[in-house]
Amino acid sequence: MKITEETVSHVARLARLAMPPEDLRQLAPQLSDILEYAEQLQQVNMEGVEPTSHPFQEVNVLREDAVRPSLPRDLALANAPEQEAGQVRVPAVLEGSGGA
Amino acid sequence: MSAKTVKDILTSIRKGETKSRDWVQQSLSAIEQVDGELKSFLLVDPETALQAADHIDSGQVSEGGLLRGVPYALKDNIVTKGVRTTAASRILENYIPPYSATTAQKLQAAGGVMVGKTNMDEFAMGSSTETSAFQKTANPYGKEYVPGGSSGGSAAAVAAGLVPFALGSDTGGSIRQPAAFCGCFGLKPTYGRVSRYGLIAFASSLDQIGPFTRTAEDAAIVLNAICGHDPMDSTSARGQGEIDFTEGMDAGVKGMRIGIVRNLPEEGLNPAVKAAVDEAIRTLEQAGAEVVEVELPHMEYAVATYYLIAPAEASSNLARFDGVRYGRRAEASGVIDMFERSRSEGFGMEVKRRIIIGTYALSSGYYDAYYKRAQQMRTLIRQDYDRAFATCDVILMPTTPTTAFKFGEKADNPLQMYLNDIYTIPANLAGLPGASVPCGFADGLPIGLQILAKPFDEKSILRVAHAYEHLRTFAWQRPVLGVAE
Repeated sequence: MKITEETVSHVARLARLAMPPEDLRQLAPQLSDILEYAEQLQQVNMEGVEPTSHPFQEVNVLREDAVRPSLPRDLALANAPEQEAGQVRVPAVLEGSGGA
Repeated sequence: MSAKTVKDILTSIRKGETKSRDWVQQSLSAIEQVDGELKSFLLVDPETALQAADHIDSGQVSEGGLLRGVPYALKDNIVTKGVRTTAASRILENYIPPYSATTAQKLQAAGGVMVGKTNMDEFAMGSSTETSAFQKTANPYGKEYVPGGSSGGSAAAVAAGLVPFALGSDTGGSIRQPAAFCGCFGLKPTYGRVSRYGLIAFASSLDQIGPFTRTAEDAAIVLNAICGHDPMDSTSARGQGEIDFTEGMDAGVKGMRIGIVRNLPEEGLNPAVKAAVDEAIRTLEQAGAEVVEVELPHMEYAVATYYLIAPAEASSNLARFDGVRYGRRAEASGVIDMFERSRSEGFGMEVKRRIIIGTYALSSGYYDAYYKRAQQMRTLIRQDYDRAFATCDVILMPTTPTTAFKFGEKADNPLQMYLNDIYTIPANLAGLPGASVPCGFADGLPIGLQILAKPFDEKSILRVAHAYEHLRTFAWQRPVLGVAE
């Protein structure tokens, strides 16, 4: 699978990464190599093989829906880059609207 | 006082010959003396460590405690309340966690004294600790060599004698590979044996926390303190009960069945590494172990499988770093722009590379061809091990194909770097416990013997490793950087 710079650019957008052209140039051939290497999985007949998502078969782990202590608000906000009135503040969500 | 084992320190403190302060002070002095060059620590907090030691020495902490008074270090992806935790990434450069990981809490409750946080590959993505955003850690056995990774700082600190033990995390070999490169003992417990609550997630179906020590016995002592079910980690195993991993360690290997792999992939395997591992197997056989051949026919596909599954999970886990609630935030006019810039400025190249591979493998149109096939291969690899362990107690093989490589040697070729993980990755895919124990030196660099066992059978690994440590006859070499014997 040949990965083009356009493909990397598209996937980077999906992953919310801004990629300068020099990064795209570096990544495209590296990703091609890696995915080409991964192609060897196509050679194996895996018809009927169940996929494994987890080393051991896990069942849902449930707990009582009970009130319990949680992080106090000031501690939860202590690492926020910007906060206002006890809440996290972010730039405008609707771009061009000028304010949140 | 020279660098001692956890066991020696515990014995000495219990007898009243020494105090915790003595050992913590010794550790801090060793760090001051050596770490300017070794660069294994990202953060050292002498004041807090000495206070904690004095607190223990004054008897204000109740007697007992499995690690009472023993200094240690934590890999910097294990969060510590009030102590900066970065995962060696710019995006978390100023992150002060509001809570501690379960492992950090357990070590503290056991009377251990944390002296600092160790360097690592950024978000544990790497095999050389070179992807750390902050510094390059040297190999204690050669300044121009990498310590391995991703837990390179923890491995180097223990091998150099700066701390008697440290914790790391292992997603595809990140404990066992640096242990092999640095010449110390490293144990990746069974998936679910140790809580990951507070471990900054890389690939959640693979990550596991475990100890670096200088002996197998020390690893058993540390594992006793950190194992067990944790309601805060839904993947931690239930019903582990009370286990003493030191129990039965000295039973020897007589009658144990040791599996060696027929047709082990040997591309790139250094002849000196192969010879040392073969010699270790002979040593155990002469001590009464029975050697049986096993087949792992899908092992050659492990690297390809891992480098689809791990990046896919990483791309999802690292979506949380968006500049909103914590971490680096870039100046931007709109929120999408803010996400993109924060992540691009905050993540290094290897992290971006893996996020992009993972996003690609999960994207519509490619999911069946890549991610799903990798998950199916994971089933076949798991079944290989189930079959193999029906005829043996442990499987032995090299931990790594080569000894430590030089800085920059593989940094420009990600695929070459990934292929270095061929022998360690399968244990993560199958959830198995595995360890690396030093089994020789080649040109002054350590070689690691890997020991794998069935899920939740760490005891067999520790028993074989402990026996081997007492049987091995090669000349031990002292690190060029460090205070260790």
